Amino acid sequence: MKYVLMFVETEEFAEELEAMGDLEREDAYAAVGRWFAEHAGKITHHTYLAPAHTATTMRLRRGEEPVVTDGPFVEGKEVVTGFAEIEVADLDEALKTARSWPACPIVEIRPVS
Amino acid sequence: MTGSGSERVSREALARVVRDHAGRLAASLVSLLGDFSAAEDLVQDAVEIALRRWPAEGVPDRPDAWLFTVARRRGLDALRREGNYRAKLAQLTGGEPGVKDDRLRLVFTCCHPALSLEARIALTLRVVCGLSTAQIAAAFLVPETTVAQRLTRAKRKISEAGIPYRIPADDELPERLQGVLAVIYLLFNEGYLSSGGARAHARDLVDDAEWLASLLAGLMPAEPEVAGLLALIRLHRARGAARFDDREQLVLLADQDRGRWDHEAIGAATASLVRSARAHRRPGPYQLQAAIAACHAEAESFESTDWPQIVVLYDMLLHLAPSPVTRLHRAVALRYAVGPEAALEELEHLDRALENHPLLHATRADLLRVLGRNAEARECDERALELTANPAQQALLERRLAGH
Repeated sequence: MKYVLMFVETEEFAEELEAMGDLEREDAYAAVGRWFAEHAGKITHHTYLAPAHTATTMRLRRGEEPVVTDGPFVEGKEVVTGFAEIEVADLDEALKTARSWPACPIVEIRPVS
Repeated sequence: MTGSGSERVSREALARVVRDHAGRLAASLVSLLGDFSAAEDLVQDAVEIALRRWPAEGVPDRPDAWLFTVARRRGLDALRREGNYRAKLAQLTGGEPGVKDDRLRLVFTCCHPALSLEARIALTLRVVCGLSTAQIAAAFLVPETTVAQRLTRAKRKISEAGIPYRIPADDELPERLQGVLAVIYLLFNEGYLSSGGARAHARDLVDDAEWLASLLAGLMPAEPEVAGLLALIRLHRARGAARFDDREQLVLLADQDRGRWDHEAIGAATASLVRSARAHRRPGPYQLQAAIAACHAEAESFESTDWPQIVVLYDMLLHLAPSPVTRLHRAVALRYAVGPEAALEELEHLDRALENHPLLHATRADLLRVLGRNAEARECDERALELTANPAQQALLERRLAGH
């Protein structure tokens, strides 16, 4: 089955990353690189998104002009920062893959329909 | 047929037979069809028919074969209707499923952490224990449609999110087993607390919880926590007869007639707890709770209870599974092991965490009364009464406030 792992960053996590020294931050990025390498056999596709402040949201309204706003679709402290599509046997394997994710603290796992 | 047409089958006997066979059938049908939801529907159909027919016709000699035949017939009808006749038909035309017990896989699927806790409970009761939607609704005092929706959503999630039908691998097992035990424990608590109250005539969930724990204990003999949970349930049940008086009023442990406890059951449960704990040497929260229950059950009187030992067991429990409610229970033991002042002081640390927990206020009321601070005690009892929704607890607090 195919699943998408949605990586969700929290405000605290962004602050932690901000507070890190250069070396520490490099380590954190290297850990992410290692995770991708480790699971390369399962990952069919992945995307890293530009920061949330670059997001634009369009709300389409039937019969009316769409409304375009600055920012992501959910105004909140949690933002999706990237996706990885994986091909695994079942949800347990997807959970196991997500468990070792070394960066942002929330991962939503959803099957691809 | 074991029973002639006129012989009536009691509701309890019927529930027992269904429970013994429905889960087994569900487990093998899921294996056979590879489709959890379809298998579950077939079993439920068969169970509904059995519940209608067996009371009048008697329970067949081989209820498992009877249920399988009905389920297969329904399955073939459904497959014909749906047009995918050929694909799955082959799997149902074979004989009865083998004797292999697949229920462990079934339990782990029903208790998967990707399902909501409510869904896990409803699914386990329905699929593993063979309860009908109506029986689950009655046991939890919720509308049948709510339970039906929960079950439908859960079954959809299982198939659409790819929740597997298997026993977790060794590295996942401890955590996943905790999840299964939590469902059984919750079921037990729900049944235990509500017995004798407004739901006195509803299905006895404690019975289902004990049955599930014993099923699991049989299937996982190397897991001492499973044995611990089973012993815990049995130790509580052994004292069940003394928990309510003739007027269905809750009787506190201190006032219970210990002659009405089932001492044989207490001895057996304690012995199996000790045996399993010694064999595996892996203590855990359920074994410790069972050990505490055993300390109470084996005491000849409330006064002669080994309170210092209970305090030690609570300390170990808090070390493994810290929780404010456990700390509250420890405080009660501390009252008898050390004194009411020490217990009262301990409660102060729990004010914030258990502000809305009736037991904190009721316990404090008790301690204050012992110390002669009656006005403060009254206030605490009033607060506890505001917070509890349990009819038996309400009655007890009302009696206390009325000065009895």
